[in-house]
Amino acid sequence: MSKNASSSLLVDKYFYTHQFPTMWCPGCGNGTVAMATVRGIDRLGLDIDKVIHVAGIGCSSVAHWYTTFTALQSAHGRALPSATGIKLANPELTVVVTMGDGDCIAIGGNHLIHACRRNIDLTAVVYNNFNYGMTGGQVGPTTPLESLTSTTLYGNIEPPVDICKVAEAAGATYVARGAIYYIKELIDLIEKGVRHKGFSLIEVMTPCPTVFGKRNALGSAAHMWKAQKEFTIPVKKARDLTPDQLKGKWPRGVLVDKDLPEFTEEYAKLMARAQKGRAGK
Amino acid sequence: MEHKGKVTLMQGNEACAEGAIAAGVRFFAGYPITPSNEIANVMARRLPQVGGKFIQMEDEIGSLAAAIGAALTGAKAMDATSGPGFSLKMENLGLACMIEVPLVLINVQRVGPSIGMATSPAQADVMQSRYGSHGDYATIVLSPSSVQEMFDLTVRAVDLSERFRVPAILLADQVIGHMRQNVRLPAYEDVKTAYRREPDVPPEQFHPYRGDAKGVPPMAKFGTPYHWYANSSAHNEDSFQATSDFVVSKALIERLTNKIEKNRQEIVEVRGEFLDDADIVVLAYGCTAIAARGAVLRAREGGIKAGYLRPLVLWPFPEAEVKAVSGKAKAIIVPEMNMGQYVHPVREAACGGKAEVFSLGRPGEVFSSSEILQKIMEVKSVV
Ligand SMILES: Cc1ncc(C[n+]2csc(CCOP(=O)(O)OP(=O)(O)O)c2C)c(N)n1
Ligand code: SF4
Repeated sequence: MSKNASSSLLVDKYFYTHQFPTMWCPGCGNGTVAMATVRGIDRLGLDIDKVIHVAGIGCSSVAHWYTTFTALQSAHGRALPSATGIKLANPELTVVVTMGDGDCIAIGGNHLIHACRRNIDLTAVVYNNFNYGMTGGQVGPTTPLESLTSTTLYGNIEPPVDICKVAEAAGATYVARGAIYYIKELIDLIEKGVRHKGFSLIEVMTPCPTVFGKRNALGSAAHMWKAQKEFTIPVKKARDLTPDQLKGKWPRGVLVDKDLPEFTEEYAKLMARAQKGRAGK
Repeated sequence: MEHKGKVTLMQGNEACAEGAIAAGVRFFAGYPITPSNEIANVMARRLPQVGGKFIQMEDEIGSLAAAIGAALTGAKAMDATSGPGFSLKMENLGLACMIEVPLVLINVQRVGPSIGMATSPAQADVMQSRYGSHGDYATIVLSPSSVQEMFDLTVRAVDLSERFRVPAILLADQVIGHMRQNVRLPAYEDVKTAYRREPDVPPEQFHPYRGDAKGVPPMAKFGTPYHWYANSSAHNEDSFQATSDFVVSKALIERLTNKIEKNRQEIVEVRGEFLDDADIVVLAYGCTAIAARGAVLRAREGGIKAGYLRPLVLWPFPEAEVKAVSGKAKAIIVPEMNMGQYVHPVREAACGGKAEVFSLGRPGEVFSSSEILQKIMEVKSVV
C-alpha cells in the first residue's frame, strides 16, 4: 500500500474486525503501537503470507488477536526463542515479535540477551508501560524508582533497567526508541527495524492509564500521552545534554544502526562448508 | 547417506540421532546436559550436511521453544535433554500440546531429584513425561530397551508425532543412551514416516483447530496463504480466543486428550513372551526390561511359569494388554528404577482381573536378573 494508506484500507487488509472491540482499556497506548507496527510493515510492500507475528503474554502481546498475520502466541517470555526457531528454519520469513517490558526483559530477559548476541534477523517491538498491565499493575523491571504499584505499595526501591542499553550491550544491530505521541516517527522507526538485516529492537513508550497512571496520579489518559513530550527528547538533542540535564528524559530515535553478519546468513555459509567438506572426503 | 543397510556398532545416543536423520528430522535445538549430550553432538555434525538446522540455545526452555517455532514452519524438529532440563521443558511441552505442534523430545533419564546424579541411570520421569505440565493434555511416550530401539523408536516417535500432531517423547535412560551394540541400519531412503496432514481446502475454508474423525486437525505451514494463529490460550476451531467460554474450552481439552487416548490401539506397542501359560508376569520397560527378560528365562529354566510383558509405548497406557494378562496370570511384578511409578496404572488396569500386582521399585543401581528372579520366587510363595 502507499506510504500513507488510509486507515480504513489498512484495517480491512490487516485486521479481523469481527474480533473488535479490542480488549485494551480506553486511553491505552497499545492499539496505537499495533497500528504503527502494521503501517511500518505495510510500507515495505512485503508478501504478507510471509510475515509472521510472534507474541508473548501480556496486554501488549494481544495485537495478533486482531491482525490477519499468521501468528504464534507463545508462553510468557518465550516469544524470542520461538521466533528464533521460525527464522532459522525458514529464513525467507519476516518475523516480527511483540512483547511487554516484563515479558521482554524480566521473564524473557535471558532470551533477549541471546537473540541480540546472535544478531538473528528478527524485529522486536517492546511495549514499555512501566508496569505489568495484564496482571493488575505490579512492579516490573522498567518501573521508575519510588513508583507505586500493586506490589510496591510503599514505593519502588529497585532501580529500573534501560532496555535499549541492554540490547545494545548484548549486540543488537538496530536499536531504537519511540513514543506513541510521535506516531509518524514511530512508524518510521518500526519500518527501519523490519527492513534492517539483523536483530532489531524498538522500545515504545506507551501509557497504561488504567493501572500505572491511576496509582501514580499521572492524570488522564490524554495527559499521559502528552507527558511524553516532557520525558522524551530526540536523540540528536540528547547528545548535546550533560548527564545531569538528561536525568528523567528518554532519548527518542535510532540509537544503534550497524551492519554486522546476520545469524541465518552465517548458518547458510556454515551449511555450505559442511557439505563441501563432505564432498571433498 | 553413508549407512546404507548395514550393521554398525553404535552408541544408543548416536543411534537416536541417526534415527532422527533417517526419519527426516531437519531441525534440532538443544542445551548441553549429561547423559544426553551425544545426541546434540551428532546432530550438530549431521544436520548441516543434510541441509538441516542445528542451534544450541541459551537454556532448555529456549531450545524447546525454538523447536516449536521450526515445526510450525514445516520442519520435523527435535530436542534432547535429561533430568533438570526435562523439568524446564514442561512449560513448552504443554504449549506444544495446546497448539498441536508435532515434534520429538528425547529424555535420557538420570538420577534425580534436582541435579541428582548426572551419569547414573534412572526411570523416575515416567509420570512426569505423562503429567508433568499443568492442565489436561496427552502425549505419546516411547521407551527403548536397546541401541537398535534408540534408532527404531526415534523413527516411530517422529511418525506418531506427525500423525497425531502432538509432541512425542522418547523416554530413554543413561544405560540405553550410553550402551554400545550392533545396530542394523536401514537405507535411509527406505525409512518412511508420516508428515502432518496439510489442508486440502482453500484458505478461507481452513479451520486450523477442527479435528478430523480421529480428532487431529490439518496443519498449514507458517508462511503460506493459510493464515492461522497457533494459540496458547483456550481457542475455538478457528483459533480465536475462547478464554471465557467453557463449552469451547471443554471441547478443546477433550479433543487434545482423546485424539491420543481414543486412538491408543494405533499407538500402543508391547512385546510379550511366555504369556499363554504364565502365572507370574514381569512387566518392565527401558533398561530394566533387559534384566527382567533374563530373570524370566531363568525362572522358566527352573520350572516356574513366568512370563514377560514389555511396553515399548508407555503412554498412552497399554490398558487392554495389561487387562489381558491380569485376566489369566496370578501375579504381575513391575520392576522399575524409581520408588514405584508405572506400577500404579498397571495396578489400576489389572484391577478386576485375577492378578495381584507387586512393585519392585527402587532407585540406585541397574537391576540384575538375579534380583528380579528373587522377587519372582518370593511372589511365587505367596500367590
Ligand atoms: C509463566 C507465567 N508467569 C506469569 C504469568 C502471568 N502474567 C501474564 S501477563 C504478565 C506480565 C505482563 O506484563 P508485561 O509483560 O510488562 O506486559 P503488559 O501486560 O504490561 O503489556 C504476567 C506476569 C504467565 N502468564 N505465565
Ligand atoms: S491495563 Fe494498562 S496496558 Fe493493559 S489494556 Fe489497560 S491501559 Fe492498557
